[in-house]
Amino acid sequence: MHFLDKNRGYEHPTASDITPRAVYEQRRELLRWMAAGGAGVALAGWAQREAHAQQIARPQKLAALSATRSTLPGSVTMEKPTPYGDVTTYNNFYEFGTDKEDPSRLAGTLKTRPWTVTVEGAVGKPRVWALDDLLKLAPMEERIYRLRCVEGWSMVIPWVGYSLAELIRRSEPTGNAKFVEFHSLADKRQMPGVNSRVLLWPYVEGLRLDEAMHPLSLLAFGLYGEVLPNQNGAPVRLVVPWKYGFKSAKSIVKIRLVEKQPATAWNVSAPQEYGFYSNVNPKVDHPRWSQATERRIGEDGLFQRRRPTTLFNGYEAQVGQLYAGMDLKKFY
Amino acid sequence: MRSLLHPAAKPVVFVLCLLPLAALVYGAATDTLGANPAEALIRSLGDWTLRLLCGTLAVTPLRQATGWHALARFRRLLGLFTFFYGVLHLLAYAWFDMGFYLDEIVRDIAKRPFILVGFAALLLMLPLAATSFNRAIKALGATRWQTLHRLVYAVAGLGLLHFFWMRAGKNDQAEVAVYAAVLGALLGWRVLRRLRSRAPKLQRA
Repeated sequence: MHFLDKNRGYEHPTASDITPRAVYEQRRELLRWMAAGGAGVALAGWAQREAHAQQIARPQKLAALSATRSTLPGSVTMEKPTPYGDVTTYNNFYEFGTDKEDPSRLAGTLKTRPWTVTVEGAVGKPRVWALDDLLKLAPMEERIYRLRCVEGWSMVIPWVGYSLAELIRRSEPTGNAKFVEFHSLADKRQMPGVNSRVLLWPYVEGLRLDEAMHPLSLLAFGLYGEVLPNQNGAPVRLVVPWKYGFKSAKSIVKIRLVEKQPATAWNVSAPQEYGFYSNVNPKVDHPRWSQATERRIGEDGLFQRRRPTTLFNGYEAQVGQLYAGMDLKKFY
Repeated sequence: MRSLLHPAAKPVVFVLCLLPLAALVYGAATDTLGANPAEALIRSLGDWTLRLLCGTLAVTPLRQATGWHALARFRRLLGLFTFFYGVLHLLAYAWFDMGFYLDEIVRDIAKRPFILVGFAALLLMLPLAATSFNRAIKALGATRWQTLHRLVYAVAGLGLLHFFWMRAGKNDQAEVAVYAAVLGALLGWRVLRRLRSRAPKLQRA
């Protein structure tokens, strides 16, 4: 019932003037994308919005891990996901070898059950989590993130998991907790690569506490609607979409909250090449190659040019404030 | 080894040298080069350049060690195929990585010195390839031709450095070590022979 009309000084829209909710939301999504600094990327995604509306098809290779599409801003890119076959055969997981095909070839020996994750250090409630308890800790969400590797390639991956913050909050960090350290499994019997001296084992990665608490930091248990394949870091891994891929530790067995910046695997191995932060940044080159562009795996044909890389991998609107005032060249 | 002198021997080696390229073209056409076909192409062409370089440099030591002097017939062929694969490697990089944009290639070379080193190795192969026919040998004179073709040792060093540098971030130099060992052995053989052939002369003096 409309009691107010134009005669009383109110401009009231007629029903046909009101933007349908769906269109309005699409527009918001678009604006969000443009705000994220990836206008060109967003427009490409916009053109594919029909495909985006489709549910991600399950490859039906592993156990299903159902999830609801995340509503977190920035958590669902409209870009076309990289084919499952590429996501699961082109991997850096040095515990299984240094060639991209090694992990998919050799990770079958990894036993992901039983599995526990120890949360310890500067926390009020240290605990050894059984995988089943972790799986039930929070509702599973599907998030479609861009992944940018420091080597200059990228993918779009539909992950399944929930914000790492859910787990950290339950552990009740003390005032001393400034950083979070992640330890991957390093078992020579299951992981042939651990016999090599390519890196110091176990693989350790780390985040500042506020980075770890950012809702986009994902504790992932699956991809493409199924549990994680071993080569992708089963049974539980981290995904930090605005950082280079190696920051996202795989097959995690321990999470420590600590006061000092952790010594991380790649930073120890080659500090001049891999900094602690390793935020995706087209303006900060790797000492031996430019980071200005990237090759999208699986989507571009052989003759397609590399695409420009965006600051924080396009997640600047969501995470930019974490680094306000920081010199990203110094803290690379 | 009379089969080395068989009229079909050279064509057979020629076809063998083309097989890796055929396999790569087939792989690209059927999309079986893995998730990153551009990278696979560029790297494989680089690998084959190094392998053929090792093959070329192996001819002389093998000939001397076995006494199969007919092996020398294949050296030029192998050398030219090394150059051919090197050029394809560069073209694949310029095309698939850089879209043939010259300014970006120049910028990339400035940022990635390992590419400059590889480029230098290929440039040094150019005069060798250009003087690989018989009339060039005659025109230059055998001694000068041979001196010029010692550039191949610089090519080997730069090629190896290019590969080492490319892999430097990965802490995984196992493959580089294999090539270094092979090239080292082939060059070492030459050095040893040199020293040995000098020794009797000194005695005579």
